[in-house]
Amino acid sequence: MAKVLMKGNEAMALAAIKGGCDAFFGYPITPQNEIPEYLSYHMEENNRIFVQAESEVAAINMVYGAAGSGARVLTSSSSPGIALKQEGISYIVGSELPCVIINVMRGGPGLGGIQPSQGDYNQITRGGGNGDYHLIAFAPETLQETVDVVKESFDLADYYRNPVMIAVDGLIGQMMEPVDMDKEIPQKDLPAKTWAATGESGKRGSRNKIVSLHLDPYDLEKHNLKLKEKYDKMVENEQRYEMISIEDAEVVIVAYGSMARIARSAVKALREEGVKVGIIRPITIWPFPEKAFENLPESVHTLLTLEMSLGQMHQDVKIVNQGRYNLAFYGRAGGVVPETDEIIEQVRKYVGGNK
Amino acid sequence: MKTQTVYKPTDGLVKRDLSYCPGCTHGVIHKLVGEVLEEKGLLDTGVGVASVGCSVMSYEFFNCDMQQAAHGRAPAVATGIKRVRPESTVFTYQGDGDLASIGMAEIVHAAHRGENITVIFVNNAIYGMTGGQMAPTTLIDQKTSTSPRGRKQKDAGLPLRMSELLATVPGATYLERVSVHDPKHIRKAKKALEKAFEVQTQKQGFSMIEFVSTCPVNWGMTPQDSLEWAVDNLIPYYPLGVYKDATKGDDNG
Repeated sequence: MAKVLMKGNEAMALAAIKGGCDAFFGYPITPQNEIPEYLSYHMEENNRIFVQAESEVAAINMVYGAAGSGARVLTSSSSPGIALKQEGISYIVGSELPCVIINVMRGGPGLGGIQPSQGDYNQITRGGGNGDYHLIAFAPETLQETVDVVKESFDLADYYRNPVMIAVDGLIGQMMEPVDMDKEIPQKDLPAKTWAATGESGKRGSRNKIVSLHLDPYDLEKHNLKLKEKYDKMVENEQRYEMISIEDAEVVIVAYGSMARIARSAVKALREEGVKVGIIRPITIWPFPEKAFENLPESVHTLLTLEMSLGQMHQDVKIVNQGRYNLAFYGRAGGVVPETDEIIEQVRKYVGGNK
Repeated sequence: MKTQTVYKPTDGLVKRDLSYCPGCTHGVIHKLVGEVLEEKGLLDTGVGVASVGCSVMSYEFFNCDMQQAAHGRAPAVATGIKRVRPESTVFTYQGDGDLASIGMAEIVHAAHRGENITVIFVNNAIYGMTGGQMAPTTLIDQKTSTSPRGRKQKDAGLPLRMSELLATVPGATYLERVSVHDPKHIRKAKKALEKAFEVQTQKQGFSMIEFVSTCPVNWGMTPQDSLEWAVDNLIPYYPLGVYKDATKGDDNG
């Protein structure tokens, strides 16, 4: 199908409808408001459910209820709102329910600001809620990639019976780009949701319970180990990343989302001058794409992490680096988006064998 | 000789021991809810939402699909279920700490949206499960583990009356406060539950039945004294009766 020019937030909303989203529960917060606004009109048109909840807390618990009764459910919010949803996310993981969460990140901490940021990296990848848990988190770079992962996320969530988050910054939410809404995406063969508490115990002949409570510690440990098996499977199968101009690179930038777009422009300009720089671009931030760092060319001597936050992903780069390469970091915070020239200047510090 | 069944345990409850303390009225209230679900043929379509507190384990007791909610969030969870499964029969079972304190926003807004769900609210004026702390519903001068000298208005305000509060919410359809301290009131309470579930099956919107309940263990009384204390102290502050019935179209448009 032909590409259409769409704003990021609206494109994500439409992608959710195309991904088979049955119900949306949300609460207004900048800079993601176009998502609920778009869905408030178009969900009804598609005979689906839209509810504006009284709070982010209520919204995620509505998601929990609807997901528990077998629906494909979406909520969207931005950083402080995602913080409020963490309790519910922990319950959803604990009860092994699928759902999709869009986080259009803004600057923090606290009320912070409303400009683009990547400051939720730790909140997303370390789990802001209680207990041992993880969720698959995509951090796409373009609107096309964003739309594709939103659509795919509903399948992935159902497949793992676990929430999937799409983490973009306000820049991606607010910008316009041409997208093909009907691009084919990978599809999973999904079993029927025989576990769902659908209010059909009569038809089913048995009753279903959606629960995250396990009072016996041995029982709870067993449950945790079962969840761990799922996380291990995600780590094995869902690491996604892109390697850009790595073949002969001396310096490898590690950057995701909007930061990767800026890095791309910097690499293009530097390559024209003959500077050997490349990019590892995580597409999933959890699981962190460790595989991307396994067989880097011998030319590499420095990994330069770039973030619109102050060294959160850099901790993961340190873990995966295992002391092999010189590590460098550059980040801007609070909603400040770095210029291409700033990045070029940073890369220059480390080229030419300056270890 | 011909035998006739005059009484049997309800199929609305799973046949297993309840987790409640002896003498607590949760058992009677569970039985009434189970009977009403069974007699109205609603077990097969039922989805109950357990809350946090003494009734956290109620997902093990009601004989229908169940989901266990975070503290206070049962009405939001029920909203999610009912919106995507409008043909199901959705109810929450919540205590006063859950509903009147941490879950105040969720209960008010579920009523405000006129969610077509039934709320069973068990008010015993105390946090039971956590060991008898003060609730918003604790009476003035009532001693609890966090009001050891008795609740004082200057520190903790006056007890909240939830049925009266929700009666001011335009979207609510049916609100009644009942008690289960004697057979007569138990029968009346069952009628109230029947009415509340009818409101839902007739798609008339939000219904809540508030039960004045007891907590012998945390009140430090025998079960019998607890019932008497509830009659002498709770019911005067929390009068029984219908607080809103918009099924007759009195103020719901």
